[in-house]
Amino acid sequence: MTAEQITKPDKMTGAAMFLECLKKEGVDEIFGYPGGAILHIYDELYKCKDIKHYLVRHEQAAVHAAEGYARVTGKAGVVLVTSGPGATNAVTGIANAYYDSYPLVVFTGQVDSKLIGNDAFQEADIVGITRTCCKHNYLVKNLSDLPRVIKEAFHIAQTGKPGPVVVSLPKDVLTSKMSFEYPERINLPGYNPNYEGHPIQCRRALKLLCEAQRPVIISGGGVIHSEAWLELQDLAKKLNIPVATTLMGIGTFPQDNELSLGMLGMHGNYWANLAVSNCDVLFAVGTRFNDRITGCLKRFCKDAKVIHVDIDPCSISKNVHVDIPIVGNAKNVLKVVLNEYSTGEYKYDNQMRNMWIKQIDSWKSNKPVYAVPEGILHPQTVISHIYQKTKNMKTVIATEVGQHQMWTAQLYKFNRPRQLITSGGLGTMGFGFPAAIGAQIADKDALVFNIAGDGSIQMNIQEIMTCVDYKIPVKIAVINNGYLGMVRQWQEKLFDKHYSQTPITSPDYVKLADAYGILGLRITEENQIDEALDKAIAYDGPVIMDFVVEPFEMVYPWVLAGKPINEIILSNNSDDEGKGE
Amino acid sequence: MKHTISVLVKNEPGILSSVCDLFSTRGFNIESLTVAATIDNSFSRITIVTNGDDVVIEQICKQLNRLINTIKVVELPKSADKCIDRELILCKVTAKDDARNEILRIAEIFGAKIIDVSTETYTIEFSGDTRQVVTLLALLKPLGVKELVRSGMVAITRENQFINIDR
Repeated sequence: MTAEQITKPDKMTGAAMFLECLKKEGVDEIFGYPGGAILHIYDELYKCKDIKHYLVRHEQAAVHAAEGYARVTGKAGVVLVTSGPGATNAVTGIANAYYDSYPLVVFTGQVDSKLIGNDAFQEADIVGITRTCCKHNYLVKNLSDLPRVIKEAFHIAQTGKPGPVVVSLPKDVLTSKMSFEYPERINLPGYNPNYEGHPIQCRRALKLLCEAQRPVIISGGGVIHSEAWLELQDLAKKLNIPVATTLMGIGTFPQDNELSLGMLGMHGNYWANLAVSNCDVLFAVGTRFNDRITGCLKRFCKDAKVIHVDIDPCSISKNVHVDIPIVGNAKNVLKVVLNEYSTGEYKYDNQMRNMWIKQIDSWKSNKPVYAVPEGILHPQTVISHIYQKTKNMKTVIATEVGQHQMWTAQLYKFNRPRQLITSGGLGTMGFGFPAAIGAQIADKDALVFNIAGDGSIQMNIQEIMTCVDYKIPVKIAVINNGYLGMVRQWQEKLFDKHYSQTPITSPDYVKLADAYGILGLRITEENQIDEALDKAIAYDGPVIMDFVVEPFEMVYPWVLAGKPINEIILSNNSDDEGKGE
Repeated sequence: MKHTISVLVKNEPGILSSVCDLFSTRGFNIESLTVAATIDNSFSRITIVTNGDDVVIEQICKQLNRLINTIKVVELPKSADKCIDRELILCKVTAKDDARNEILRIAEIFGAKIIDVSTETYTIEFSGDTRQVVTLLALLKPLGVKELVRSGMVAITRENQFINIDR
């Protein structure tokens, strides 16, 4: 044997190389569904001991599960699906992760590169299709590019403003052979996210915050991405500033703290919306000012100076005029601000602060009113009971989209980040259950609840079988009101009670549970809730709880779309409409 | 208000689609767009003429910058002291009888070239700034423009200003 032969590494197929690349990235759990174009990778997986693959029942669920995984771990979730329909089924999941900025790397099979563009069997232009709903995407044309592309994909997904990256893998790339070498470095001259906030801007921001008489902090999802919650809490407490969170920022500020205003926005707390509307300085961290937060843009914080911290320059001054923009990673920026404050050169008027907090407290009596008399099972009651039962456990709550989602955001008093998993930007029904599966896989000791509506749960209900296969003990609580509740709510108020296509039927969830071989429980009265929850939590396996609730309950507070956020409806009674001060 | 944006990108398939998709999904306008490789073949330069107020232009530049394969995005200065812009046109004009002489005279005034001749047409090649192009076309139009091809605008900054790859 010559020296050359000894040092020369063995040639490897693209499929084998693919798994080696995943190992280099530290990936040990992936979600997927096989198919023709991706078969060579599945053949390698068959022999692979280091990577566990979770077979779902629909590709969309694989992507949502990977996002649930990413939300709990902070690391990229990995998805493997085939070409054509496998790839197009994944698109909703990709878009969902894009809008909420969670890192994913989605690998899709592709037909042989010589067939691309020929309308071959199971061909779809997934790179073209996902171009506007992912952070970046690649079509790998040569095996020699594969290691670099995978390294870049993980890097892009997990840095800057995180997001999904799609990699399309033609079949011939997976079958051709080459020696394997994983690149050490990344060379992306066009991609340099700015992590360090400008120190002068940070100082200006701190000065403004100290001069403020009525300051408010908004904490968004970016605080979770950058893991900046401790710094944010520290700053709020040191400067005595109340904190409202967006839906995506829930958990970044403990709701049992006296400075917590809870969630703001369309279904946010009355006092949170009023505080933001009446503040003189708004310190917004890691939020892109979605319309569900701002309401009518022209009237949002119209008298306030706005400081905006975001890693994405595009978010700044896109919707809301910003006086002090700070482009950077929230954790780094807040650290600089805190350091600066520790010099002792900055002082604020604490008496003024306490007056402001007192004023906000005076708004706190304006609570939403239940529409329907007592005696019937209220959806809100169910969620409050789930909170009481699980608050001292290590609980992760995943929701679907709709009324139950807003009630969960309002009534479950989240005290830590990464505890609520919910689809914010895209608002994807059917997200919660597969995301709960991913969350449970990421944190096997956690108690994972999927609070669902009867509409949403039926969008990905097939995944119960995935739970059964892998013994994933997700507890599904279906808030079953027989309607697509949120849409029905809009129809009741805005469309003369024309309940067009919103009544929705369900299968018998208890029998369905039986068919899948899991535990099914039906709850129709308030006094059955606790017993059912105890049983579900104690049960070693997945559970579906069918909470049959009052159908005509509404989510309040409610700011109608396009209205300013201080015009708040608190109940069915029009006398309760908040005037806004 | 018209703005010219120069974008340096990696010369890779899909990048032009990314740029165009960005404009269409975000509702920005493209008045003209030209693209070709730079002196270094692994990069291309795109020149986009667009319109919008300052907020829109700021968003366009930020959004273009956000694309992974864009290296540099520069809004070119509007002043002719700082930036030169040119457009190439090829224009086939009906040229019969007296008009043949008239067209030649116009071409001479503008320094345009006749690059193809037939018994009934002249094909004119001209490059100049937007104002010159518009004026020339206004003069040719009454004579009967049969076909017009415009390259879209390209632009470069004057003197010691460069938009290049930082090495």
